[in-house]
Amino acid sequence: MQFSEKWLRSWVNPSLSSDELSYLLTMAGLEVEETEPAAPAFSGVVVAEVKEVAKHENADRLRVTKVDVGLGELVQIVCGAPNVAVGLKVPCALPGAVLPGDFKIKPTKMRGVESNGMLCSGKEIGVPDEVDGLLVLDADAPVGASIRDYLSLDDTLFTLKITPNRADCLSIRGLAREVAALTGSELSPLVPQAVAPSIDDTKTVRLDAGKACGRYIGRVVKGVDAAAPTPRWMRERLERAGLRSISAIVDITNYVLLEQGQPMHAFDLARLDGGVTVRFAQEGETLVCLNEKEVTLSADTLVIADDVKALAIAGVMGGLESGVTTASRDIFLESAFFAPEVVAGKARRLGFGSDSSFRYERGVDFMLQREAIERATALVLEICGGAAGPLTEAVGELPERAEVKLRTARVARVLGVSLTADEIAAILARLALPARAVDDGFVVTAPSFRFDIRIEEDLIEEVARVYGYDNIPSDAPKSGQRMLAQPEELRPREAVRQMVASRDYQEIVSYAFVEERWEADFAGNADPVRLINPIASQMSVMRSTLIGGLVDTLCGNLNRKQPRVRVFEIARVFKKDGEAFVQPEKVAALAWGARAPEQWGMRAERVDFYDVKADVEALLFPRVAEFRRAAHPALHPGRAAEVLVDGEVVGVLGELHPRWVQAYDLPSAPVLFELDFAALQSRTPVKARAVSRFQGVRRDLAFVVAESVEAAALLSTLRKVAGELVTEVALFDVYRGKGVEEGKKSLALRVQLQAMDRTLNDEDVEAVIAAMVAAAAEEHHAVLRF
Amino acid sequence: MNNVDAILQAGLAAVAAVSDLVELEQVKARYLGKSGEITGLLKQLGALGADERKAAGAVINAAKQAFEAAHNARRDAINAEKLARQLAAEALDVTLPGRGTGNGGLHPVTLTLERITTLFRSLGFEVADGPEIETDFHNFQALNIPADHPARAMQDTFYVVGGDVLRTHTSPIQVRYMLDNEPPIKIIAPGRVYRVDSDATHSPMFHQMEGLWVEEGVSFADLKATVTDFLRRFFERDDLQVRFRPSFFPFTEPSAEIDVLGEKGWLEVGGCGMVHPNVLRNVNIDPEKYTGFAFGIGLDRFAMLRYGVNDLRLFFENDLSFLKQFN
Repeated sequence: MQFSEKWLRSWVNPSLSSDELSYLLTMAGLEVEETEPAAPAFSGVVVAEVKEVAKHENADRLRVTKVDVGLGELVQIVCGAPNVAVGLKVPCALPGAVLPGDFKIKPTKMRGVESNGMLCSGKEIGVPDEVDGLLVLDADAPVGASIRDYLSLDDTLFTLKITPNRADCLSIRGLAREVAALTGSELSPLVPQAVAPSIDDTKTVRLDAGKACGRYIGRVVKGVDAAAPTPRWMRERLERAGLRSISAIVDITNYVLLEQGQPMHAFDLARLDGGVTVRFAQEGETLVCLNEKEVTLSADTLVIADDVKALAIAGVMGGLESGVTTASRDIFLESAFFAPEVVAGKARRLGFGSDSSFRYERGVDFMLQREAIERATALVLEICGGAAGPLTEAVGELPERAEVKLRTARVARVLGVSLTADEIAAILARLALPARAVDDGFVVTAPSFRFDIRIEEDLIEEVARVYGYDNIPSDAPKSGQRMLAQPEELRPREAVRQMVASRDYQEIVSYAFVEERWEADFAGNADPVRLINPIASQMSVMRSTLIGGLVDTLCGNLNRKQPRVRVFEIARVFKKDGEAFVQPEKVAALAWGARAPEQWGMRAERVDFYDVKADVEALLFPRVAEFRRAAHPALHPGRAAEVLVDGEVVGVLGELHPRWVQAYDLPSAPVLFELDFAALQSRTPVKARAVSRFQGVRRDLAFVVAESVEAAALLSTLRKVAGELVTEVALFDVYRGKGVEEGKKSLALRVQLQAMDRTLNDEDVEAVIAAMVAAAAEEHHAVLRF
Repeated sequence: MNNVDAILQAGLAAVAAVSDLVELEQVKARYLGKSGEITGLLKQLGALGADERKAAGAVINAAKQAFEAAHNARRDAINAEKLARQLAAEALDVTLPGRGTGNGGLHPVTLTLERITTLFRSLGFEVADGPEIETDFHNFQALNIPADHPARAMQDTFYVVGGDVLRTHTSPIQVRYMLDNEPPIKIIAPGRVYRVDSDATHSPMFHQMEGLWVEEGVSFADLKATVTDFLRRFFERDDLQVRFRPSFFPFTEPSAEIDVLGEKGWLEVGGCGMVHPNVLRNVNIDPEKYTGFAFGIGLDRFAMLRYGVNDLRLFFENDLSFLKQFN
């Protein structure tokens, strides 16, 4: 909410500077977002009346004027503005004046003609308007008066961020009430006087929805001059509240809204057929609103209607057809209370709201309608003339204000500071919250303008606010400390993250909503979790894999000429599971470019499947992962594996499919993996085993097998028959070429043997090796190579 | 016996003249070997009389010892030279860079989160987690934000087909945790959150962290102390000025915004308040017995403040040149 400080100070004028007032409001929960002077600093500008205008002898575009600035004699000023004319009142900067931008005015000669000052445009004195040329002042502007006083430019515009609970502060009256409570200053409210009716005309008002509309007051005013100009003081206050002047009657309704906090509406009486009814809309009923949008109403929308049609959406916006115009002669003024829950959500559904709906959905004082309509009527009569009829009032169900208990002890318990009953009573009194003292505290009934006092805590907040949050102590908490659980079988999240980073991957954060195409390409997912209202079409579905974000990050960094990209992300992915969703956390990484950063001591080689596989193995260590050839939509079918731990698939590893390398315009294929985060977190707590004190034996074996035999299969066979003496079977070389038949490969293995109770002799070892060789021959046609 | 001295002098000269160990041993053999010259002199002693033999023996032995000492000294010298040559030859340019792989690193928001987590763990706060696609109940209703409440700012919420929402804050984690656990409850809950908003200071996905402490006797004073302590430790400034400013959140009452005094004035860094009794009731905790406080901060904002980053979008662009600065 934006408003003029001067306007507020006309209601309550605490002895505080603008900055102090701003601080006070902010610290009371009415955050001042911005304060801005109404006009920049300048001096020496007065109201002048143009008395003579003559041509300049040496310049076609200039005029020589004589103006009255109240000094007794006329002042000659050369002026270039196109709109200068005899009789106009305009701002005049006299010699000695300093205009914004430190522009000093001195007597001068312009093309040989003396000029003793400058007639000013709005822009030149920092109050821009839409006129091309001089700022034209009202005809009654007092000649010689300081323009700063006349336009009341020594004012500050306050912009407040009012939280949804404080609708009572969405008006000058409400803010003044609050400032008075906070400072103890006197509140001099403008209590509207009842206007005595001078005609008998009325409109019948029928409430068909008394729960939704607690009060409806209407009044006929006839014979108004709707085209009358809005007085300058009102325009000024409206403009400083961020509202443009439209026409006198609309301005008056807006002015009363700002001043009193009561939304008002004015109908053109001639457009109404019969009486006024407040009812719910018929499903499908249509209305063209003041903003020229046609809306189709639903049955839960409250409308103001006449005998044949809906006229306005209650509390939101009037209709275009029935609205007052500058041609209106007779009007019907409305001042009503609509229940917050009836207006709430309507603006969102319609796609537009108004200053009215903003207030109604938060709560308008339900005792304010009569005062507001009297205020509006008085202003209409003053500005537009006419004759007012009597008020017609219909009352439905008004909100009940329940008694709220406030216990002195509870205040201390919640705030951590003990306030006496007297201190609390004083605070409640300052806030004008009607309170009755009882044994253990108070019973408070919230006034009609407060919609945020329903429970004890609401009152405790009020007490704290006035007591001052700053004054509540900030003591170190005194509570029984307990240590946190430290499950050893769960590797800490930080440790997992650090392990991935220490394998030379850089952590990234990418959006969880992605292009639908990524889901198809990288997850083969034709039915992703969709957003109803995505922020952009390329962020319309929730990802079920992190691969898209990694590939996208690779693309972005290749565009930035990064020579080597290794990135990882830890995040949730999203999949449908019937009606529900599964949202497991994944860790995924991508490596592209050289195996190691370019350096003098290593040959630059491109990172490959086995480099990244080593990363996966290291991350899962000490658990031993198995790798199984598998198809994956994102990956090269011959270079992709499922990762298994204890027989369970925990992720995938592989090279990006050549199809996507081409489609995403990559110079070569990255290698990537995606694993369940949980798999990296779990570890088995160690149970120590005895260590053998006897010498071990190493035997190396080289088997020649067909290319199709996978290393893991051979190892698995050997381990199966190895027996308890074998402590390790490990592959250390793969050889193809001279000495090995085409289509075959030689796999060299290390076999470690050791016994717990003795040193092994040759027979022990030979028996084991023979069994392994036999099994390899049988299952894989493996032949020992010597 | 002149002969002895002449042989010794010749031997010493020969030792001094050699420069490698093989030659040195050859010289030694020439003098001390089976048929060496000094050995030869000793062999001749048997032909002398007892007195003479004794005197001559002493002279020859002295010569032998002198030769051996010279030989040993020469051997050590040759060895020392050899080692010195080897060391000189093996010297490396120790300024060449080390070999091997590079280092990755963590995202600045993660670094921020980890620091914060460490701080709160030291006060006994546990870390809790929850889903990002949330039900309306957990994200709104349980937090005292009924449908159509103006505080819902519905236009900010992402909806998923089916009616669920992308969580708009980390507060639903509180709800889930309180439903599953009895007080005392002391948690922080970090995570990704989503709002329909995108400009220089807003990202449609960002990071929040929620803190919650529910226990008998927890008060607003405890809230102030905990949050103030945290902010001072996080920014490593014992004199950091912190202020609590009344505000409104549907799930806390009283509520406050948290401001810190920066170089350009007060800066809003989070929101907090005493857990609203309705929220406690919604998760079956008796608000008469237990009180609690909750606070929420933007992790991205804390990372920006801590590391001097001025554009939020940098955190989501994943430009390695930007990210690697934090390693």
